[in-house]
Amino acid sequence: MSGAFQLDGAEVPFATGQTVLQAALAAGRYIPHLCYHPEFTPHGSCKLCTVKVGGRTAAACTMPAESGLQIESNTEELNGLRRTLVQMLFVEGNHFCPSCEASGNCQLQATAYELQMMTPRFDQLFPDRPLDASHPDILLDFNRCILCELCVRASSEVDGKNVFALAGRGITKHLIVNAESGLLKDTGMALADKAMQVCPVGVILRKGAGFTVPIGRRRYDLSPVSAQALDDAPRVPAGEAHD
Amino acid sequence: MTDKKKLRLATTSLAGCFGCHMSFLDIDERLFPLLDLIEFDRSPLTDIKHCGPCDIGLIEGGVCNAENVHVLREFRKNCKILVAIGACAINGGLPAQRNSLDLGDCLTEVYLTEPGLAHGHIPNDPELPLPLDKVHPLHEVVKIDYYIPGCPPSGDAIWKFFNDLIAGKTPGLGHGLIRYD
Repeated sequence: MSGAFQLDGAEVPFATGQTVLQAALAAGRYIPHLCYHPEFTPHGSCKLCTVKVGGRTAAACTMPAESGLQIESNTEELNGLRRTLVQMLFVEGNHFCPSCEASGNCQLQATAYELQMMTPRFDQLFPDRPLDASHPDILLDFNRCILCELCVRASSEVDGKNVFALAGRGITKHLIVNAESGLLKDTGMALADKAMQVCPVGVILRKGAGFTVPIGRRRYDLSPVSAQALDDAPRVPAGEAHD
Repeated sequence: MTDKKKLRLATTSLAGCFGCHMSFLDIDERLFPLLDLIEFDRSPLTDIKHCGPCDIGLIEGGVCNAENVHVLREFRKNCKILVAIGACAINGGLPAQRNSLDLGDCLTEVYLTEPGLAHGHIPNDPELPLPLDKVHPLHEVVKIDYYIPGCPPSGDAIWKFFNDLIAGKTPGLGHGLIRYD
């Protein structure tokens, strides 16, 4: 089964099983998102992909596509709310881009550029989040974590190691390492793990490989996230089965 | 060029490195057409010590000591439009990396226990402004009207910003001009 829905007044075809976000990206229409990754089960936690369906808000990454839906996404109101969400992520952690190895490859930064975030606007929380440099090959800089759980999902679903988890609630929620010592060196984490590749920000870093690509020639320096998210999206021709 | 009254611009660096001012000079020969439209008030470029009534105030650097607070308030009082330029003005930047540390511990380590600067004496001259416990971005102290992010923002970004502002448009920076690094 397949069909089509209306996104900002344009028809978007979908295949059975696709969510609104998957169908939109496959059709070449960008909806801002952070915790969604084409290779993982949608999660619906960052709320950046929030769209309006018949006047009600819904997360585009978890909402199944259905024929006849009337969806608003690229509006001043929704982009303003998305910008506010990103601003809150920036002040909640310590996102000091000029010294970050992920700058230019960072999806949070690129999404903030896309949403024209000129200032974090709110008061900075400046939390104290020590690094974990215990592992010989991998550095964890928790200052930049946005709690997307992609590393949690990659480590459990693909690597089968359950290295990461989130602990705490509300503003005290934070990323932890699943070892009695709490240190990465006491886990089975290795450089070849999927969890090494999925961090959208600069938390999980390979040691000894900093700044091999200079600032200015990095991923989102070359083209904006709205263009690259479309390149990354799996293309499913409308009408074909999808699983 | 124009009979219109020139816009008066004041600039200063608080807890910054003057890198944003250097980037401002990177608009190079475009400074000449800009100078047909603006004139400088207080600025490191004029050496005027206090800010008079201005149309635009451009501030780099965050707020790390008592003097920064006074200068920032003087700018806010005198400038119709106040602009935070660069990472430090916008989120505290590099100086704010001390915010997770105790200020007393920082001073002790730099002036007393570390080799090099250690002379057994934390500077206490009454002319030195007192450091604040934490470094703050400008908007936590006064209202800021516009922001130009970057460390520093490029000359092209600054040029685009001034063109938009002087033309009466909401300043906007597209891909490649808006950067935080």
